[in-house]
Amino acid sequence: MIKLSLVYLLAGLVFATYAVLSVRDAANPKRWRNGAFWGLFALSFLAGDYLGDLGNGMLVLALAVIAGIGKLGQGAPAGPTPAEKFGSAQRLGNRLFVPALVVPGVVLFGTLVLKQVVLAGQPLFDPKQVTLISLALGAVIAVAVALLLLRQPLMAPLQEGRRLMDTVGWAALLPQMLAALGAVFALAGVGQVVGDLVTTWIPMDTKVVAVAVYCLGMAGFTMLMGNAFAAFPVMTAGVALPFLIHKFGGDPAVICAIGMLSGFCGTLSTPLAANFNLVPSALLELKDRYGVIRAQIPTAAPLLLINMVLMYVLAFRA
Amino acid sequence: MLILLGVALVVAGFAIGLNPLLVVVASALVTGMLAGHPLVEVLSAFGKAFNQNRYVSAVWLILPVIGVLERAGLQERARALISGFRALTLPRLLIGYLLFRQLTSALGLTSIAGHAQTVRPLVAPMAEAAAEAQGGPLDEPTRERIRAFTAATDNVGLLFGEDIFLAIGSILLMVGFLAQSGIVMEPLHLSLWAIPTAIAAFLLHSARLILFGRNIARTAPSEAGQ
Repeated sequence: MIKLSLVYLLAGLVFATYAVLSVRDAANPKRWRNGAFWGLFALSFLAGDYLGDLGNGMLVLALAVIAGIGKLGQGAPAGPTPAEKFGSAQRLGNRLFVPALVVPGVVLFGTLVLKQVVLAGQPLFDPKQVTLISLALGAVIAVAVALLLLRQPLMAPLQEGRRLMDTVGWAALLPQMLAALGAVFALAGVGQVVGDLVTTWIPMDTKVVAVAVYCLGMAGFTMLMGNAFAAFPVMTAGVALPFLIHKFGGDPAVICAIGMLSGFCGTLSTPLAANFNLVPSALLELKDRYGVIRAQIPTAAPLLLINMVLMYVLAFRA
Repeated sequence: MLILLGVALVVAGFAIGLNPLLVVVASALVTGMLAGHPLVEVLSAFGKAFNQNRYVSAVWLILPVIGVLERAGLQERARALISGFRALTLPRLLIGYLLFRQLTSALGLTSIAGHAQTVRPLVAPMAEAAAEAQGGPLDEPTRERIRAFTAATDNVGLLFGEDIFLAIGSILLMVGFLAQSGIVMEPLHLSLWAIPTAIAAFLLHSARLILFGRNIARTAPSEAGQ
């Protein structure tokens, strides 16, 4: 059975290559710092299960210090000039889209077909991880197609991958870090404290107030935690179950579904949802780190209001 | 109560622009210690959770193919393709992408598009080209706003599409939570009630895209009207 550990092995080898290429990149004045950062990240993928919890903790600490005190550099592998790229684009034409379409194609094939494949009584793919395994498989196949179809140099995928990885920089690590922070928040009981605060201080004696508190609470709490999944159990146990569902008899399906979507309005508005908001700023090379959030808030805020109205109208229709 | 200082630390750290990795680590250590756990225990818990969440970062495996395609001129080709369709204005392009993202996410296909897979190599260059075809060369702030809007459109499409799919993480979380609280719920009921908000999100964000397109056309250099 192909499990996630194989994907981790692949990721570890790729990041280890980035580390070596970084160190050998004389054009980057911070080549040792970049090499150490991607090297430690590679170590996490390759040996994370053998380092022990404290070992992993030290590794995260080292990564944060390397990227946080002083900055990572930007690797600049030798590549074609803009004019050469333009010529290449004209010569290759729509063939350029083929490898780009291979990735979604393989993900589609993986989730629809390969998920069902059983070899010698064992599923081919770990059923819980089909999407990620398919994505990794798609990425590998697409690289092979790109090399053959577009006649690119053998090292180009790794050199160009390193260039993009340096463009993203520390932001690449932030989503995983925030997921780990969520675990520490859970250990410390942050959710319980916030939930108690909300329910102690706001009198929930009308439906309107309870709906508003639940939706605003989901959005606000999501903004603080960076994740609607962390907000949902707290706010639903604290507000939705006792008041909206049990006291006022609202439909749990409507309340929970729209409550979660109110949380998503918070996701659009917080830098703590890094993979939605900060990673694209880095990938698109925006000068304003919060540019994507600024573009989203005018959609998120009215939508939160609409969610409250929808919940009030739809949950108590009986 | 005191443990909320850890949350406040995150908010303050992000607000004053410290490196987020350091802010997150500091917040984790402070929060854990304020809750009464020794430093080594907190660092171990943080390390354990970091290791368990490696799948979050495995998506970066997509970058080599994106990089090699950019090297071969994918962004330039995407621009050229859009310049050929004069009718494909910026709002039409992004509304189309929004619809595509919502519909595919509603079918559970959340990973076929994304910021690395589609926004950077394809949709953002197309959006810039569409705006240039209408209003001439773009200045740098406008280019930035178009890129940010493209990323925002991807996020809105994903978040307000995925909950219509039965087997997505958030739906399973809700079903599990409600079951623990003694309420048996079919995933289908939850995903059905995600549809009204999905429609509202589409209409609202589309309206903003249309206004954004007009705004750009108006601020564009005067030769646009020829």
